[in-house]
Amino acid sequence: MAVNYIYPEQEIVRNYDRCIACRACERQCANEAHEYLPEQKKMTSDDAKCVSCHRCVSICPTRALKIVRTDHDFRKNGSWDKKNIYEVYKQAETGGVLLSSMGNPLDFPIYWDKILLNASQVTNPSIDPLREPMETRVFLGAKSQDVTRGADGKIIPKTTPQLELSLPVMFSAMSYGSISYNAHESLARAATELGIYYNTGEGGLHEDFYVYGANTIVQVASGRFGVHREYLDAAAGVEIKMGQGAKPGIGGHLPGKKVGADVSRTRMIPMGTDAISPAPHHDIYSIEDLRQLVFSLKEATAYKKPVIVKIAAVHNVAAIASGIARSGADIVSIDGFRGGTGAAPTRIRDNVGIPVEMALAAVDKRLRDEGIRDRVSVVAAGSIRNAADVVKAVALGADAVYIGTAALLALGCHLCRTCNVGKCNWGIATQQPDLVKRLNPDVGYRRLVNLMTAWKHEIEEMMGGMGINSIESLKGNRLMLRGVGLNEKELSILGIGHAGE
Amino acid sequence: MTEITEGRCRIPSGCAISGIFSRSGKRFSGEAVTDSISVMHERSNGLGGGFAAYGIYPEHKDRYALHLFHNDQDARQRCEAFIEDNFEVVAASTIPTSRVPAITGEPLIWRYFAVPRKDKIAAMHVDEREFVAQCTFDINKNFEGSFVFSSGKNMGVFKAVGYPEDVAAFYRLSDYEGYCFTAHGRYPTNTPGWWGGAHPFSLLDTTVVHNGEISSYDANRRSIEMYGYQCTLQTDTEVITYITDYLTRKKGLTYEEVCDVVAAPFWSEIKKMPEEQAELFKYYRTVFAPYLITGPFSVLVGFEGGMMALNDRLKLRSMVAATKDDMVYAASEEAAIRVIQPELDRIWAPSGGECVIARLYPDAMARLKEGKL
Ligand code: SF4
Ligand code: SF4
Repeated sequence: MAVNYIYPEQEIVRNYDRCIACRACERQCANEAHEYLPEQKKMTSDDAKCVSCHRCVSICPTRALKIVRTDHDFRKNGSWDKKNIYEVYKQAETGGVLLSSMGNPLDFPIYWDKILLNASQVTNPSIDPLREPMETRVFLGAKSQDVTRGADGKIIPKTTPQLELSLPVMFSAMSYGSISYNAHESLARAATELGIYYNTGEGGLHEDFYVYGANTIVQVASGRFGVHREYLDAAAGVEIKMGQGAKPGIGGHLPGKKVGADVSRTRMIPMGTDAISPAPHHDIYSIEDLRQLVFSLKEATAYKKPVIVKIAAVHNVAAIASGIARSGADIVSIDGFRGGTGAAPTRIRDNVGIPVEMALAAVDKRLRDEGIRDRVSVVAAGSIRNAADVVKAVALGADAVYIGTAALLALGCHLCRTCNVGKCNWGIATQQPDLVKRLNPDVGYRRLVNLMTAWKHEIEEMMGGMGINSIESLKGNRLMLRGVGLNEKELSILGIGHAGE
Repeated sequence: MTEITEGRCRIPSGCAISGIFSRSGKRFSGEAVTDSISVMHERSNGLGGGFAAYGIYPEHKDRYALHLFHNDQDARQRCEAFIEDNFEVVAASTIPTSRVPAITGEPLIWRYFAVPRKDKIAAMHVDEREFVAQCTFDINKNFEGSFVFSSGKNMGVFKAVGYPEDVAAFYRLSDYEGYCFTAHGRYPTNTPGWWGGAHPFSLLDTTVVHNGEISSYDANRRSIEMYGYQCTLQTDTEVITYITDYLTRKKGLTYEEVCDVVAAPFWSEIKKMPEEQAELFKYYRTVFAPYLITGPFSVLVGFEGGMMALNDRLKLRSMVAATKDDMVYAASEEAAIRVIQPELDRIWAPSGGECVIARLYPDAMARLKEGKL
């Protein structure tokens, strides 16, 4: 046997006093990490196969299992930590590009956690959301303030198409293919019940889900998978995906083994073939090309649906967003470098892009400086983790946010970050029927509704504390934010004062 | 030490407001409004008082009456060069004042009746009023030591650091006669010590006196600043003034419509409205969402030929309105109205978001335009 350089990252710890050898873990682990030893009538496990998804831990009836991070380590070295060493080993062995899933896990600053919210005291009363109306409804789309009146002098209340959200949160793009049918169904049903939107991602829309069209945003990405007339017609809005926070400048790759009959039909590609989205849209090499695609899609949908342009947060994001605002798009969505993904080259995920907090602040400011902030709505995405992040994003200037990882967590995801393997034990990032059925859409959708309902209450509490009873008065209200432990430059980019100022 | 003045920081304040309006265009002196506001002495703390008076300069009705504070003669000369450059100044003088022991530290207070120069307006490609507004911003932002605190026609703002009754005596408000007066007594939680920070705040003929502290301030400010306004004072009043000016002058909304935008009804109420009306409110709340004002406020907005009183939609600040014959009154407290008019035809507390608008009767409006009020 060849020497194995890699010691597993986690260890499966089994308490044999509790284990009754029921073999449930064995059946549940798609990675086949558990095994029953018939002679000894006991369970054993292989740490190397474990991805730390906690499926076995969660279902073990006697709580005999836990997964711990290994304490096995190298001699301490400030420059060469374990991650770097192991990556070298892996590449030396395979000669390949490293792949990862989910968002950038490295120790970069999380600005949300360095921003604090205001509350009213004395001069201005706080408002009790349990007793007074507290409004979280938002509209996404261009807001032309040119008032037109009829012959009778009355205002004609006409606006360009808008997406109406009961709270400023949407489920972000996750394609059918990268996630399962049941996951999609859960998202679609939850969005419908909540009065928000979910996003198909670039994998087309399964015909079963057309009924949720009024709460669906369909995506048009560089691979153009599953894009056709009915697809556009079914949706409430159309999103052009130019980039993704987890892998700016990189396309997508759905391995052939995830392309079964259903996915193949939905994506309009042959079964078993890899679905490759090119890095750029090959009809968009500059901003005027984008404008053409925006207007082609508007033409195709009779100017009845807002067009979203989604970009990754990169260094020049403010100027790019300004260009997008002028290209006729109704909404620009900015995906920060922590944004999740089904699969991305590790180097890209961990080293490209900028934090969404900075990107959002810069975009909002640039659009205001240019006097065009009302022409587009801004959606922030990429690791919005809780209701406070939502409130802070809105106060920085976002009209709404997209959540991806948080929604998956609600469905049971345990952030094992091996979505790319396709063996998600939670029935989310997989197409294996036996695994998919582990996610019950009736339960999944309920959990999503619960999560959003909880966040809505929390958003209302925080708004009430600030004396704000309508979310529009929070949007861009940076006076409600203060930084802690941030330097002058960070504060100036975020456009907020320091605590105590 | 850096002085903590308006514009460097945000200073929350509580306040008293009062307004009197004659719909038939009877001109009356500034005494009544002084009596009214001084009843509410307890609501001020001597750190700011002021008045807006409409119809007081009929002889100059077609000229902009620019009221300015100058810190010193140098500032005045620099600023006047700019004014001369952009306006034909028909009359320039100090504003008459009386010595009042309680009022100290006064700047130079000047008044210019001026007509914008046509060629300058043409060069800027804007209309006359926008030109005057831009000149005002220019001075307030770029001319250190000078501040325009009134810039409308046939109206004027008078304000200072002090209790309102002292401010009235200082400016000899009883010498002025107009068809509308509004007044303000301020209770800032901080020491502003700067005259420009007192209310009313004004732009062209729009003036605002305000009681409250709005929680939507920065959302409102950052939106209005996109459209050529510069909030240099960081006060609620300033941003409310600009919103009113923007929505009426630039977007052509009526004052009733402005109320519907800034104190829009809750969605739960909109849902109950007839469809056409609901559509309209949905439109306001979509397109003009950045101008919704939340948090406690009661405001009196003065404008040519009219006065508007408005409360926030939860009515978190007191305000009472009343009428007697052609007179309309609005004040923070009923006592402030009763003291000047014990007999009233009607007195009521407008509900949250309900606007009360008094306008000159059409014939009075016509006379105002002719300068014959
Ligand atoms: S991969 Fe998941 S189910 Fe399998 S052993 Fe590890 S934690 Fe348990
Ligand atoms: S979706 Fe599944 S595979 Fe992906 S991180 Fe979550 S639990 Fe792991």
